[in-house]
Amino acid sequence: MTDSADIGATAGPAWRDSKRYAWLLGLVVPLLPFISWGLVEASGWGALWFYGPVLIFVVFPILDIVRGTDSENPPDSVIKWLEQDRYYRWCTYLFLPLQYAGLLFACWMWSRGGLSTLDSIGLALTVSMVSGIAINTAHELGHKRASSERWLSRVALAQSGYGHFYIEHNRGHHVRVATPEDPASARLGESFYAFWPRTVSGSLRSAWELERTRLARTERGPWTLRNDILNAWAMSVVLFAGLAALFGAVVLPYLAIQAVIGFSLLEVVNYLEHYGLLRGKREDGRYERTRPEHSWNSNNVASNVLLYHLQRHSDHHANPIRRYQALRHMDEAPQLPTGYAGMIVLATIPPLWRRVMDRRLLAHYGGDLTRANIHPPARKRVLRRYSGLAAAPAAGDAAS
Amino acid sequence: MSRWRCPSCGYTYDEQSGHPREGFPPGTPFSEIPDDWACPDCGVRDKVDFEPADERV
Repeated sequence: MTDSADIGATAGPAWRDSKRYAWLLGLVVPLLPFISWGLVEASGWGALWFYGPVLIFVVFPILDIVRGTDSENPPDSVIKWLEQDRYYRWCTYLFLPLQYAGLLFACWMWSRGGLSTLDSIGLALTVSMVSGIAINTAHELGHKRASSERWLSRVALAQSGYGHFYIEHNRGHHVRVATPEDPASARLGESFYAFWPRTVSGSLRSAWELERTRLARTERGPWTLRNDILNAWAMSVVLFAGLAALFGAVVLPYLAIQAVIGFSLLEVVNYLEHYGLLRGKREDGRYERTRPEHSWNSNNVASNVLLYHLQRHSDHHANPIRRYQALRHMDEAPQLPTGYAGMIVLATIPPLWRRVMDRRLLAHYGGDLTRANIHPPARKRVLRRYSGLAAAPAAGDAAS
Repeated sequence: MSRWRCPSCGYTYDEQSGHPREGFPPGTPFSEIPDDWACPDCGVRDKVDFEPADERV
């Protein structure tokens, strides 16, 4: 109530957030284990335990195409007000209890539900979609200043065992994005399957190094529960051990599947967010500031609602603390041909990915791929393949 | 005791309170902070980019 005068002063009454209630749809994701169960019960068809991956990899790419794009931005004058509206926060907070209710339900089904092994694997894959998209929720929460939200971020990460993401993403990836030094920025000519081990191991090593350095400044070694990687992992250990104690060791293989596929879903999104993009070096040897042209963006509505505007990635890198509802489309940012959901599918088929994306990168750099972040083993091959195309089909896009 | 502000997100390093979690106890002068220390809130800018923060702002 005390803010009402402020709101009146900063926000024009004319502007309405067209996505306001759409954000509630994000809560459908953590309900996926229950939805799958309902579908199986209603149809008697066990294959519907696989509903999670079908929704994300088939239904959402189609929705992205059918529903199209929306580049509407909130006016600058309402951004502050929009960020203060607590409704939007609760849309993300509510993800967590639903996420863990779904996990408990899945464990119960795996241990006592009488499922076949195939059905159990289907349910594990459905749970992995929750687990992976929970990393997106954790991402939104982990960027905030409030320690309560940072804590919730790590709770959301416990299910995938990816607690170190909170450290590495905020203090590693955001600092080194679109440089060869960032394990989570994919390079031109690097397939998702080459990127996966590099980002998984590199991000882990980098996170550890960041925490080790921080703790060394406080004159402590890294082996302490003050280490935010260790205390986040401890949450996962307690969670998995608790579930095994409650439901039996039978749940452990399925928990492992949902964790690995879950964090791989995050990594495939990392793969497409900065593919081939490179920040130039300044004369003093530092990298130029991260600008809109260093992230791939998309305005496809379905994926944007699913992932809390994560696709408005350039604004996120310019203003990492900004809340999702206030992120803006930027004209100068390179655009993906469709939403993240479809691009994820494309990324898993490297020849198709190269066909769609390498040309866009060539256009983005005006035909000069030496300005791109190229995977070193692929450098000669990439430059040879695209040298003849330098001025050709890309020229139109490049001019803008 | 001076204060320094991240030009990107507005985080302010106050020498008086320091940033104990980051290993800078209260009273740590800004000059003792490593140049490559990134803003602890946004990570977008480094220590060398920080600007003196006017008390009035």
